[in-house]
Amino acid sequence: MVEITRLPEEARFSFRVAAGGVAAASKAFGVDLPTTIGGMAANGSRRALCLGPDEWQLDAAASERDAVVAAFAGIYADTPHSLVEVTDREFTYQISGEQAEELLTVGVPRDMALVTVGSGTRTLFDTVPAILVREADNRFTLSVWRSFAPHAEELLHIANKEFAAGL
Amino acid sequence: MLLIHCPYCDKELPELEFAYAGEAHIARPVDPSALSDDEWRDFLFIRSNPRGTHFERWRHIHGCGRFFNAARDTVTDKFLTTYPAGEARPDISKLTGSKA
Ligand SMILES: [Zn+2]
Repeated sequence: MVEITRLPEEARFSFRVAAGGVAAASKAFGVDLPTTIGGMAANGSRRALCLGPDEWQLDAAASERDAVVAAFAGIYADTPHSLVEVTDREFTYQISGEQAEELLTVGVPRDMALVTVGSGTRTLFDTVPAILVREADNRFTLSVWRSFAPHAEELLHIANKEFAAGL
Repeated sequence: MLLIHCPYCDKELPELEFAYAGEAHIARPVDPSALSDDEWRDFLFIRSNPRGTHFERWRHIHGCGRFFNAARDTVTDKFLTTYPAGEARPDISKLTGSKA
């Protein structure tokens, strides 16, 4: 059996900046933004996940939301960028347990061996655009936009029941 | 399922994560009003549609989000190579090991 829980929302931002602005952005956020796609770096409750050549997902505790916005506003004049809060856009599910990886293969087309511990990626979960992060060997988080969440969640539970029934 | 090498992610990833985006290396005319109707039609609609190596655009939409280019054989559906957008067309004879 795999445990599927929806995590409480904190603060999440979609961040984009050109290569020349990565250093300034890292300083503003307090985390060295990883520049390898899939790379992830954290400092306290703040975490940066590199999704594309110029795109990151930034996570922080809800209490730090305003501080993050203010820090980036402070560098905007010298480092043009886009910072959009997307906290409300998606639900994040934690999927953990011995068969967590196998459960995700129900919907993820990507070879799960490519999703190494401490890395994340945008991909699909049964036609639903999703961001998948491997937190530990048997623990993942899957973020999907809320309008797709009922489908994704239902599919996870159906597959989990099949696992429990030994199918 | 086809596996496509994304030159930005540098991984072989499932076709489902990608979207096809037409023939590559078609530059929009700098001054469209200087073109005749026929030239404009050619730019908009006329494509090479070859049997064999085809240079085409793809987008890793459910991944890094980037557009890139690929050389694919339209007969075998085999990808010969992929390369970042903006790079020159690679040499076909080197890709196929024969003279084009
Ligand atoms: Zn990619």
